[in-house]
Amino acid sequence: MTYSVRSATVRFGSAVALDDVTVEVPGGSVVAVVGGDGAGKSTLLRALAGEVSLDRGTVEAPPKQRLGYLPASSGSWAALTVAQNIDFVAGIYGLAGDELAGRRAELLDRAALTPAAGRLAAQLSGGMRRKLGFVMAIVHRPDLLILDEPSTGVDPVSRIDLWRLASEAAASGAAVLMSTTYLDEAERAAHLVVLDRGRVLVQGSYDQVRADFAGVITRTDQPVRAGWAWRRGRVLHEYWPDADPSNPPAEATAVAPDLEDIVIALSLARRDAVRS
Amino acid sequence: MTGVLLHAGHVTRRFGAFVAVDDVSMQVRPGEVVGLLGANGAGKTTLIRMLLGLIAVTSGRVDLLGGPPDRERRRRLGYVPQGLGLYGDLTVRENLTFSARAYGTAEPALPPALKAYADVLVRELPLGAQRQVAFLAALAHSPEVLVLDEPTSGVDALARAALWDTIRAQAERGAGVLVTTHYMQEAQQCDRLLLMADGRLVAEGSEADIIGSTTAVAVRTGDWARAFAALAAAGAPVMLAGRAIRVANADPAGLAGVLEAAGIEASLEPVPATISERMLMLSRQAKAP
Repeated sequence: MTYSVRSATVRFGSAVALDDVTVEVPGGSVVAVVGGDGAGKSTLLRALAGEVSLDRGTVEAPPKQRLGYLPASSGSWAALTVAQNIDFVAGIYGLAGDELAGRRAELLDRAALTPAAGRLAAQLSGGMRRKLGFVMAIVHRPDLLILDEPSTGVDPVSRIDLWRLASEAAASGAAVLMSTTYLDEAERAAHLVVLDRGRVLVQGSYDQVRADFAGVITRTDQPVRAGWAWRRGRVLHEYWPDADPSNPPAEATAVAPDLEDIVIALSLARRDAVRS
Repeated sequence: MTGVLLHAGHVTRRFGAFVAVDDVSMQVRPGEVVGLLGANGAGKTTLIRMLLGLIAVTSGRVDLLGGPPDRERRRRLGYVPQGLGLYGDLTVRENLTFSARAYGTAEPALPPALKAYADVLVRELPLGAQRQVAFLAALAHSPEVLVLDEPTSGVDALARAALWDTIRAQAERGAGVLVTTHYMQEAQQCDRLLLMADGRLVAEGSEADIIGSTTAVAVRTGDWARAFAALAAAGAPVMLAGRAIRVANADPAGLAGVLEAAGIEASLEPVPATISERMLMLSRQAKAP
């Protein structure tokens, strides 16, 4: 089963949060949406979750009871313990008795939260709280799992736990759509979508995005065109949109661009296109 | 101690029976950008708070600009905390005026990107713009030492590159910069890295020094979902890169055995480990009895 948002436009007053965006989320895979603050990530996720209505376009999603959604805010109740939070949500979906106890134990174990089962959510670290939110979103084995920045501000170790949980959900057949501000995380997904100011800058598998990238990126100390250069450690990288990769610009060393380079280069090209 | 801007010598900090920082020695010199890495709870923030003189050491010694981190020396320091330290109910200009007066320096000019926001309340700004304001406030007095806690969390790639331009410019004029980050590509922007785990400094140097002897194996298979489930069930530290599975510090023969028992065909290939994988192995060691 593939869920989708097609040709979606969402306006808040005069601001366009999403502008003609199409994203498909097939069962059994993780799709990552990446972009900065204000790029439209949350609006896209909320549109698929049915939390925001579209001005234009269509949404194909399972009914609410087959959908799991972890919002960008905590997603758990601070004054309840970890176990109480899980039981409360599980109860809404009709889980009770031995079935609930079994599912709770299994999820706590997979999220490495068993030692914290009796702790108040308010007393958890950021990473543990995100894992609890995740567990609450998948307690009913949803067909579509939507995770809004599960890993922002979370340390790399808890982040690996979260990715493992998301991958396991996909491995068992769920369609998973997650947003992140970390490009290195997006590289890991089967399909990545880069949003910039409400529009899709580029999407596809990481290999596809790299293969389709046009132009050349060079390494330099002294950029020729300052508006097309950005900082990478001690050196600068510069983008030549019209250059031929087999014949890089004179006296410059071409680099093999990573996703960070590609996203910056495409963002600069888009800013340039908007200006001219 | 000449030329050392920030220095910790065998620093330990206890909170009751809990040892938050355990015998850590480190330094930051002029012109270098040092990245401080570690999981939540590894002791990064406690170490920074001691270096800044905000909490006392239990034992050991810290020096800021060649002496104890007192008020006079803290005037020569710039600090951008994770929460940015701005007043949400003041405008951009009011925040900058407040901070300039506190440091006894001239108010910084607003760059073109922030001009439109001069009279807007800080809490109404997009996060990227708030970060720029926090940087302006921290840099107005040309600090000799700059301490940045997660400086680019939540901003897009273009804004992150611009903030790194600013950080690099500070190092080039001679400031020493200490940056904590959870973003591994950001760690690669630093000149030198420090890795903390359970209060201790466990590795330092280049990315290769941090990764040390950690290894990884890439598992390629047509049936990644089943392979992933089988390896995770066997307790392996599994990760996913696209549809390829990665396992840190694994014995390829052992993995092959697990996959064979599950009836899954796969090819296994040793690949370079990442900083994240080193951190995953450290946290597993810490949890082991």
